[in-house]
Amino acid sequence: MDQPILQNNNDTPALECRNVSQKFMIKTGILSQKQPLKAVENVSLSVNRGEVIAIVGESGCGKTTLAKMLLGLLPPTSGEIFLDGTPINSVDIFDIAKKVQPVFQDPYSSLNPRKTIESIISLPLKVHNIGSEIERKTRVEKYMRLVGLPKRLIHSYPNQLSGGQRQRVAIARALIMEPQILVCDEPTSALDVSVQAHILNLLQDLRAELNLTYAFISHDLAVVEHLADWVAVMYLGRLIEFGKARDLFSEPKHPYTRALLESVLTPDPNQGLPEITLGRGLPNPLSPPSGCYFHPRCPEAAPDCSKNIPVLTKKKNHLVECHIYK
Amino acid sequence: MSKNIVLEVEDLSVDIDVPAGQLHAVSNLNLSVKKGETLCIVGESGCGKSIASLAIMNLLPRRATLTAKTLKLEGLDLLSLNEQEFANLRGDRIGMIFQDPMTSLNPVFRIGEQLQEVYMEHGKGNRKEARERAEFLLEKVGIVAPKERLSQYPHELSGGLRQRMMIAMTLMCDPALIIADEPTTALDVTMQAQTLNLLKSLQKEFNAGLILITHDLGVVARMADRVMVMYAGYSVETGTANEVFDNPTHPYTQGLIDCIPVPGKNKPGTRLGSIRGIVPALVGNISGCMFRNRCDLSSNKCERKNVPLKKISRGREFRCVLTPEEIGTNTLKLETN
Repeated sequence: MDQPILQNNNDTPALECRNVSQKFMIKTGILSQKQPLKAVENVSLSVNRGEVIAIVGESGCGKTTLAKMLLGLLPPTSGEIFLDGTPINSVDIFDIAKKVQPVFQDPYSSLNPRKTIESIISLPLKVHNIGSEIERKTRVEKYMRLVGLPKRLIHSYPNQLSGGQRQRVAIARALIMEPQILVCDEPTSALDVSVQAHILNLLQDLRAELNLTYAFISHDLAVVEHLADWVAVMYLGRLIEFGKARDLFSEPKHPYTRALLESVLTPDPNQGLPEITLGRGLPNPLSPPSGCYFHPRCPEAAPDCSKNIPVLTKKKNHLVECHIYK
Repeated sequence: MSKNIVLEVEDLSVDIDVPAGQLHAVSNLNLSVKKGETLCIVGESGCGKSIASLAIMNLLPRRATLTAKTLKLEGLDLLSLNEQEFANLRGDRIGMIFQDPMTSLNPVFRIGEQLQEVYMEHGKGNRKEARERAEFLLEKVGIVAPKERLSQYPHELSGGLRQRMMIAMTLMCDPALIIADEPTTALDVTMQAQTLNLLKSLQKEFNAGLILITHDLGVVARMADRVMVMYAGYSVETGTANEVFDNPTHPYTQGLIDCIPVPGKNKPGTRLGSIRGIVPALVGNISGCMFRNRCDLSSNKCERKNVPLKKISRGREFRCVLTPEEIGTNTLKLETN
């Protein structure tokens, strides 16, 4: 079934997923047959050039799997992903890499400890055979300047850098191919708050300067609200709410989105701890609940919710998948 | 000394031998926790908050040396205890909750055995009593069907449930002091609020003192009775949660609070406040204010030896050469920029 898509205007979106699913076959025991685990189920999203789309949800909701598909690292089991209107499966992986680049969570494990900063940042150029030795070096210096790394670090190794500097290296490496899209998978969750602020400011500056599009994956809704234009909320592989960040944060529709927003602890000592009535943790994704996947935890569940899977419906440029908000 | 004080620490310092010399992980720390009170120690990685808690429990690495004027738990002088006496104390009078419940539970023993072991090891009763206590506490931490859960292994439980098990285990011997080091950092946001709620209500119910160590200012604001902000091994500001958040005095505290994106406060697209520079190395001879290289208000006064803690009011202290009026509020300055 085709999922509805929000069309912002008539431009071709920079990145678009249409009915994308990802199924993994999982062995649960030595003798048992492999079972399908639907990590991402029928997700449709689109984002225009220069915009930020945030994908949020609890661990195990499929946000990282979606990121891998956006990067072309994992072909979707069904559905299609479009880059600038061209289907991603018809594009060579090298050409995808020129347009989409990743920034990962942990800058301690995503940088090769035995390479210098120069060779880490210039590696994409080497792989793609771009420029001479000298040209590469000037380009590395340019991007180090752009992300705020001092030039003297060019011959250093990752272990000589602080966490924030390492994440800057990771961003410089992603930018050196001059991509249009950065897929940032929890880029600041391994960092201290003061360092996080630096990196978030940097990402915003770069976006304005280079007209970048971000797919920003995060579980920190305060960060998401600060950065995103569009927010997609995922639960057990399904897109359950999608809309403009402004609308979604001021008027969340889905009970799960509301619970997520209530769980955000703002530094306000006059407010106590929120009472979250979500009940138990995530159900087993190998055998998701019948009907709406969220109904066992939903404080507003009606008898109907356990029978039919709700349809993602569009209302005023906002998508919600819930029986109650039809 | 008031009878209500559970933990009293005066002039605690921890130095660690590293190849480059002595690393001053914690310097001249004073703190006290009352019954039923929550003290949050907040700071960034490497500020010494975890080392301070390990020092209280005598779990420091061998290369570390501890010096303190006073270190008392319920009036008992911890400095005079030997290793065995300390071992008897841990798990009994001091309960600990660590960040990652997967690594702090033993994967090859059933939950029940691990909970009962704490109780029996400290001579609180026999196996049957231990079992009853475990069932009682699992119910307390909101676990349905506690009997069945007790015969499960840690890997069969979700992260949130495991952390509840840890809380139950901590309460087995009715401790006077609970030390929780980043108890919810490994959990999802929805689980975080529930776990914190549980921890807070049980701590009040059991009337234990709680030291909560975290880097998350949101958690601090919602949990703390009193807050201690640490930077580079020093406590730089203390006060009640309201005092520290509504009226941060130390430039570092002000900077830290500006750094966090707050829903509704920061308009999307605006820049966050930030603290320039990085944390200084704490090896060798260190003197003066540790924050001076990153502070907008620093002058050569800040290089003076040992900036003392200044008292604003009872329980409200900060460590800066300037007065609160001279510091003013950086927050305002940033907004006009």
